Amino acid sequence: MTDKINFPKDLIDLDAYTPEQISHILDTAESFKEVSEREIKKVPTLRGKLVVIFFHENSTRTRLSFEVAAKRLSADTVALSASGSSLSKGESLLDTAKNIEAMNPDALVIRHGASGVPSFLGRNLSFPVLNAGDGAHAHPTQALLDMLTIREVKGRLDGLKIAIIGDIAHSRVARSNMIGLVKMGAKVAVAGPPSMLAVGLAEAYGVEVYTRPEPAIEGADGVMMLRIQMERQSGALFPGAREYARVYGLNKERMKLAKDDAVILHPGPVNQGVELDPSLYDDERSVILPQVTNGVAVRMALLYLLIDTPSDQG
Amino acid sequence: MTSILIKGGRVIDPSRNVDGFFDVLTEDGLIKAVEAPGAISGGDKVIEAQGKWVLPGLIDMHVHLREPGHEYKETVATGTRAAAAGGFTGVLAMPNTSPAIDNAEVVSSILDKAKEAGFARVWVAAAMTKGRKGEVLTEYEDLKAAGAVAVTDDGSWVSSPKVLRRVLDYAAVAGLLPLCHAEDHELAKGGAIHEGLVSTRMGLPGIPAQAEINAVTRDINMVELSGKPLHFCHLSTRGAIEAVRTAKKKGLPVSCETAPHYLFLTHEDLGDYDTNAKMNPPLRTADDQAALREALADGTIDAVATDHAPHSVLEKEVEFIDAAFGIIGLETSLPLILELVRAGVISPARLVEVMSLNPARLLNVEAGTLAPGRTADVTIVDPEVEYTLKPADSKSLSRNSPFWNRPLKGRSVCTVVGGRIIQ
Repeated sequence: MTDKINFPKDLIDLDAYTPEQISHILDTAESFKEVSEREIKKVPTLRGKLVVIFFHENSTRTRLSFEVAAKRLSADTVALSASGSSLSKGESLLDTAKNIEAMNPDALVIRHGASGVPSFLGRNLSFPVLNAGDGAHAHPTQALLDMLTIREVKGRLDGLKIAIIGDIAHSRVARSNMIGLVKMGAKVAVAGPPSMLAVGLAEAYGVEVYTRPEPAIEGADGVMMLRIQMERQSGALFPGAREYARVYGLNKERMKLAKDDAVILHPGPVNQGVELDPSLYDDERSVILPQVTNGVAVRMALLYLLIDTPSDQG
Repeated sequence: MTSILIKGGRVIDPSRNVDGFFDVLTEDGLIKAVEAPGAISGGDKVIEAQGKWVLPGLIDMHVHLREPGHEYKETVATGTRAAAAGGFTGVLAMPNTSPAIDNAEVVSSILDKAKEAGFARVWVAAAMTKGRKGEVLTEYEDLKAAGAVAVTDDGSWVSSPKVLRRVLDYAAVAGLLPLCHAEDHELAKGGAIHEGLVSTRMGLPGIPAQAEINAVTRDINMVELSGKPLHFCHLSTRGAIEAVRTAKKKGLPVSCETAPHYLFLTHEDLGDYDTNAKMNPPLRTADDQAALREALADGTIDAVATDHAPHSVLEKEVEFIDAAFGIIGLETSLPLILELVRAGVISPARLVEVMSLNPARLLNVEAGTLAPGRTADVTIVDPEVEYTLKPADSKSLSRNSPFWNRPLKGRSVCTVVGGRIIQ
């Protein structure tokens, strides 16, 4: 297995990782994919290690994906879920961190609705903290599995054009993908209604920004559709789902603007008929299910690379 | 009461256009004489002030003392002790307490506590409207009689123009300065930091600069309608400053303050979700900061006030989005503004204007001058001493400052309040 030298202690977002480190994670994930195809889908790499999986926000697939990844590496897992802020419980975030530390785990996987919580925990804990999504800030494992999926089909990331369509302003998936893809040499074009584009996106991330999907999709090698949060309608971000589907949704007609061999990505869960026309879900260009498979491989790679194992010494 | 002779210091007193070496004698709580070095004899107590600046006592016109109701964050006693350590002889206490300072009894109890503590003068800004709800005016004449000098709904903007019009009219008649927290709540709602590149990168909801500019612009229109004074608290944006500058050129009776953190930090200083850099209004851009510095120098900004806002770890060591707005500032304000003097942004006399003379004039209180016969509130500053402050040094009950461990130069070495040496 490849070496693990010089990785940051935590995975908070991809901005702290070099292109070489990102490639290394993707290569490692590729080699771990084979484990999931064996008859006995398990290697002893992290035997005796404890991974705490703390989900402070509802999620099915990411939590499941981390649990499967840890188990395939023979780590023990403890899954905690909670709701409500530490403030509402009268407990400081530092107390929460210290309580987790007292269980002496080897890694913490954290999902939290508030931006910045994983980095706070990372600063205050001695063992690796892996961000499984924080607020609208970052979702680095999702970006890595997206990049792995694109790379598998296209053979590279450098020089590709990837379109990201939807509510960019509130999307941690979009943020981590913009950082990661641009780092790996891809050209990223984002599009959404103006109310869903955060200020200064072009300057902050080095991406092209459009208020219509067509110029973003034009000539793209990959089109990533973001889930539209129906509950955000109360904030008047867009007039309605029907209009959104008509103007911004991906359908066969719009997909013609992309390259013939372009892939369709979605972080899930899909609002079929809103951001994605049902006819495209089973399209041969859709890699939505391979994304899920690759999620396990990427998370295995990260757990392996960030957790100290006896073989790391000498 | 003892008399004090402060010898050989550089006296900077813009109320009388004085900047030079003088001895200052206090007697019976008043300034008795300011004369050439060696010209005065006497003094039960002599303070050697060679190499020091002798200033009219500094005033911070925006301080949250948290009493009554939040004594775990700060009390009148701890807050005024922090004020004294920072060189302030007087502070204006804000009314967003629990219950709010919206009646004469609460005003009196704050003043009693301040007298008992004895570290600095406390003036009270009472609530502008009942329960700070922006609907019904509090009883201004009663509040004035109990000792209040200003009214404010600090933390909330009076969004109804009709109510504000009444506030301006009644406050002027009662002789209270109305202080405006200029924030368009509809636009700012849900925001955590300045809306810009940093909020985009951090994935945090933004507070656009226009939230402040909208409020200031509307309120200036109301000042034009009523013709009565209004003071804007803690301005943070170029747009608001430009609106105030234009209003002043038209001769409208508006004034404003900014806080040291807006002069020294920008939204780039939020670092890794540092809740000690979270306040409202939020840290803005470098361009806003440049506009504030320019306005401090050209007189558009009348005062520097800290918006000293103590919070405990329970409000700060939490999720950034949930963390309370506000930082403490009493002990770092003077050294920071001295940095602007050394950088040539403002003169020493201008520092005294914005930190003593102007606040005293705006609040119409007897302070801000070393004129003989006036009350003996004095701040003695060592402008050369270099040091850093650590959380454990804080005299405040709270520790929420972004300025710990920052190299500082210059500090108060002694304050005198009413002819009494505090420290």
